[in-house]
Amino acid sequence: MMVKIEAIVRPEKINDVTAALESIGCGGFHFVNVTGQGQQKGVEVFTGRGAALTHRSSLPKTLLVTVVPEEQKEEVLQTIIASARSSEEGTIGDGKIFVSAIAEVIRVRTGERDLDALTPSNGE
Amino acid sequence: MDSGNIAWMLMASALVLFMTPGLAFFYGGLVRGKNAINMIMYSFTAMGVVSVVWLLWGYSLAFGGDGSFIGNFDYLGFQNVDPDIGPDGGYNSMTIAVFQMMFAIITPALITGAIAERFKFKTYLIFLVIWITVVYAPIAHWVWGDGGWVLEMGAADFAGGTVVHINAGMAAIAAAWLVGKRRGVDRGVEPHNVPFVILGAGILWFGWFGFNAGSGLAADGVAVNAFLVTNVAAGVAALTWVVLSYLQTGKMSAVGAATGAVAGLVAITPAAGSVGPMGGLAVGFGAGILTYIAVLYRHKFGFDDALEVFAVHGIGGIWGALATAIFAVGGVGVIDGEFELLGDNFVAVVATMGYSFIATLVILKILDLVPGLGLRAEESDESTGLDISHHGERAYVSDGAD
Repeated sequence: MMVKIEAIVRPEKINDVTAALESIGCGGFHFVNVTGQGQQKGVEVFTGRGAALTHRSSLPKTLLVTVVPEEQKEEVLQTIIASARSSEEGTIGDGKIFVSAIAEVIRVRTGERDLDALTPSNGE
Repeated sequence: MDSGNIAWMLMASALVLFMTPGLAFFYGGLVRGKNAINMIMYSFTAMGVVSVVWLLWGYSLAFGGDGSFIGNFDYLGFQNVDPDIGPDGGYNSMTIAVFQMMFAIITPALITGAIAERFKFKTYLIFLVIWITVVYAPIAHWVWGDGGWVLEMGAADFAGGTVVHINAGMAAIAAAWLVGKRRGVDRGVEPHNVPFVILGAGILWFGWFGFNAGSGLAADGVAVNAFLVTNVAAGVAALTWVVLSYLQTGKMSAVGAATGAVAGLVAITPAAGSVGPMGGLAVGFGAGILTYIAVLYRHKFGFDDALEVFAVHGIGGIWGALATAIFAVGGVGVIDGEFELLGDNFVAVVATMGYSFIATLVILKILDLVPGLGLRAEESDESTGLDISHHGERAYVSDGAD
């Protein structure tokens, strides 16, 4: 079984999160800068010529995606949580994590499938 | 031939030309990313179209002869225009003709802020040719040409507050009104590239030294004074905008600072030859206050002057024309108890506003009715963005498909 973990984190935390993931042996992920809003709400920005502020639901966040074996799920989740929190107890705006099942994984180079495709292969 | 004056006038001409690509970036940064190239192209193509029109007949219609309302055909194709005559040699001097060419280029480019993100580009190119001929050339003749009625009346417009700014501001209202509102911008448009806006405003500010300090047509004390008051007015107006935006919103807008600088430059344009350093400060401060209020309340009037051409160039220009008469030194200003110049400048402002608005309205109405032209871009083109639909290019290619 494999799961996909999608974590929305603060942009300024993404380097901490990726370093922490590598340190526990989760070396495959990608991330992308996104905008949106949660409890923290969006941003106030100037529109037009700088005389009026308007609300935009476009707070900058970073979305990190990784797919791991089911057994590794809990460790990865705890690692992300620990490295993405902006304080000991956490603060509104620290992010959210979504976990879902993955049907199939295929490594393009070798055609290996599922768990074989997720674990590092030295190749021939 | 006076080589010192000619050297300065060629430099000043280059500075004024550089304002137009500066304007391109100023306006380009203010629109959405899907229309950035289109916005820049309005200004850049004006450098092509107006250069040709000015050479062939524009200069002659503006500065030939000594009629009251329009020039004649003496200088068609720059015939009888002599490169060996210095700027003090009258309108048969090529030095003046080339300096004035740059003014003619930037004026219609200013209007394009009002039609941003929705105007048919093909129609715009034709509009440029007609507008320079029918609107710009006559007003330039009134104000600056030998025998022009505004000049004869005694109104003072040193570098083009009426000819360039009020003219462009009124044409902007006419154009914004006829082309209609943009779709889907009720929640406001966030400028897509604020650094472009600042870059463009900086280039405009730099080029404006040629615009104002060159308008005395000589490298002398008048030019030095014009240079100084230009800088002071821009600085204080930028500062005024920043402070006002902070007082109102709690934040200091960079776009506001850029807008304020341009407003100060607009207002000092007619005044640069007649006010002193402290007068320049007053002109810039007043411009900052008035244009800020104008931008705040413009949207209540129901026309989509997308980039605030009227609020900045119209209101800034009107204030500048009146402020010229208020703060003029040498015993002709309101500060010395004289009101004649104020009256003359008021008449010049009203005449420019009326003629520019009506003539632009008529030109655009006709272009709207011509089969195959029309003013408004197709709805799907507008949604896609005019960069792709009109120019086949994207300002920002980041999908990696190449």
